[in-house]
Amino acid sequence: MENVLLKAENLRAYYKLEKVSVKAVDGLSFEIYEDEVVGVVGESGCGKTTLSNVIFMNMVKPLTLVGGKIFLKVNGSFEEISALSRDEVKEKFWGKEMTIIPQSAMNALMPTIKMERYVQHLAESHGLDARELIDKTLQRFKEVGLETSWLKRYPFELSGGMRQRAVIAVSTILNPSLLVADEPTSALDVVNQKVFLKVLMSLKRRGIVKSIILITHDIATVRQIADRMIIMYAGKIVELSPIDELLEKPLHPYTEGLLNSVLTPEPEVKKRGIVTIPGAPPNLIDPPSGCRFHPRCPHMMDVCKEKEPPLVEIEPGRRVACFLYAGERT
Amino acid sequence: MSRLVVKNLTKIFTLGFFSKRYVEAVKNVSFEVKEREIVSLVGESGSGKTTTARMILRLLRPTSGTIHFEGTDIWNDLNDKESLKDFRRKVHAVFQDPFASYNPFYPVERTLWQAINLLENTPSNKKEAIELIKESLFRVGLDPKDILGKYPHQISGGQKQRIMIARCWILRPLLIVADEPTSMIDASSRGGIIKLLEELREKEGTSIIFITHDLGLAYYVSDTIYVMKNGEIVERGDPDSVVLNPSHSYTKLLVGSIPKLYRKMEDI
Repeated sequence: MENVLLKAENLRAYYKLEKVSVKAVDGLSFEIYEDEVVGVVGESGCGKTTLSNVIFMNMVKPLTLVGGKIFLKVNGSFEEISALSRDEVKEKFWGKEMTIIPQSAMNALMPTIKMERYVQHLAESHGLDARELIDKTLQRFKEVGLETSWLKRYPFELSGGMRQRAVIAVSTILNPSLLVADEPTSALDVVNQKVFLKVLMSLKRRGIVKSIILITHDIATVRQIADRMIIMYAGKIVELSPIDELLEKPLHPYTEGLLNSVLTPEPEVKKRGIVTIPGAPPNLIDPPSGCRFHPRCPHMMDVCKEKEPPLVEIEPGRRVACFLYAGERT
Repeated sequence: MSRLVVKNLTKIFTLGFFSKRYVEAVKNVSFEVKEREIVSLVGESGSGKTTTARMILRLLRPTSGTIHFEGTDIWNDLNDKESLKDFRRKVHAVFQDPFASYNPFYPVERTLWQAINLLENTPSNKKEAIELIKESLFRVGLDPKDILGKYPHQISGGQKQRIMIARCWILRPLLIVADEPTSMIDASSRGGIIKLLEELREKEGTSIIFITHDLGLAYYVSDTIYVMKNGEIVERGDPDSVVLNPSHSYTKLLVGSIPKLYRKMEDI
């Protein structure tokens, strides 16, 4: 418990629409330790991005926190951030304790505002000295491999990979302990992807950020830097495991299917062949009963349709939500 | 005999109205595709791979160089309508964006009817033609009930791409040019599309050219890989030698940058 940075207990967040609610995050419990990289992986629409919003308490209607608690360690003691409102969390913790690189952040930069202005905005909103912060940014730009003169440029003058690095430099300027990156590499080509991963890891090595949550659909990318992996399916965690064990022996049938659909230029992949998961992810307004993966699962049993499998630890550090392993527990 | 022979293919685009600029999109590209062969042209955006594909499909006239398909020069010998129609019957394209391949105002089976009209022996009556369409849909793992009468917005991207391959089952072309056929669909349906194309090769002896930036895909499906960079082919060979033992510095950079599942990059 000492080295836990963030703790989530039975988190439930729904998109409450007029008549129905979309259960995008439904009963997630996990913890993020200090000094680790956790990958969150799943298909489109499994609730990965919603999870990042929930961690930040970025509750914008119709997204509503229905239940559960989030604790964040701030200066050695735990704060229950789920008890605060969005504005309070924003003022107290955003940028300082936790920061996010949202999906396609590099395209969200206003082309007519110089990079410098973003830093000034940051200083204003946190009541800091802008001059000092800009000096710090210059230093940070060097660290992420950008020329310091770029700070005076407009975003459209920078290439995609450079913009992404500029975003990460600015967003980590206040040395937050937790960095959440949502699909940071999906818009970049492979060469720039690697550069970006290097930047992420160097930020962590220098102690600028303590822990990183990397949200992505690309297992091969996560594999390069993550220590542990969370596999999500239809708003639930199906497996949580250290990365090497997970690749060695995936426990959940969904994890196995996901790994087998990856195409990377490796002899192992050619030998294995390409396997696909039949069907499509369910609609989260009315998810399937019992285990949400049962309609697509090759090992479906009767109990899967009726009861929901709990996420249980079956090996040290490895948790899985599947009835296939229920026998091993007892 | 090689099915397709591309020799010294060059395409120069002219830009500007008063002050002209020239962009050499494809430079002196030569390669061959044999019967039953799967060939991949791999490169990043702007490497000239799509331009090459468009010239092979007879959509863009090359500046110089020749393309011979089954012994005929496709840019100089196809003069009348009939021989052109024959070329269209034998060479089929599957494009990147399945959403752009359909006219939103017509039901999706219109693309299949167009394929039927291209056939040499067009079915004598409508009933026979519908049977043919149904059979082709079964071949690609689609239930005709789910497809016939639907409009493009009512079906998924993976289904649309499957219908494009159903067209191939009607026409049974000799060559398929697939330009990033899997880049816009989910990873879980990607495998299915690849399998369908491989099955077509097995059963009909079709040759396939994959145009892709995904070296993982190229490594998995191809017999021969050509790596393109700035309009030129910089490396060619069988997948194992290109991917596991690259010789050109660009291929080395590319292979080194691709994240692997079973290996961790050492220099991160």
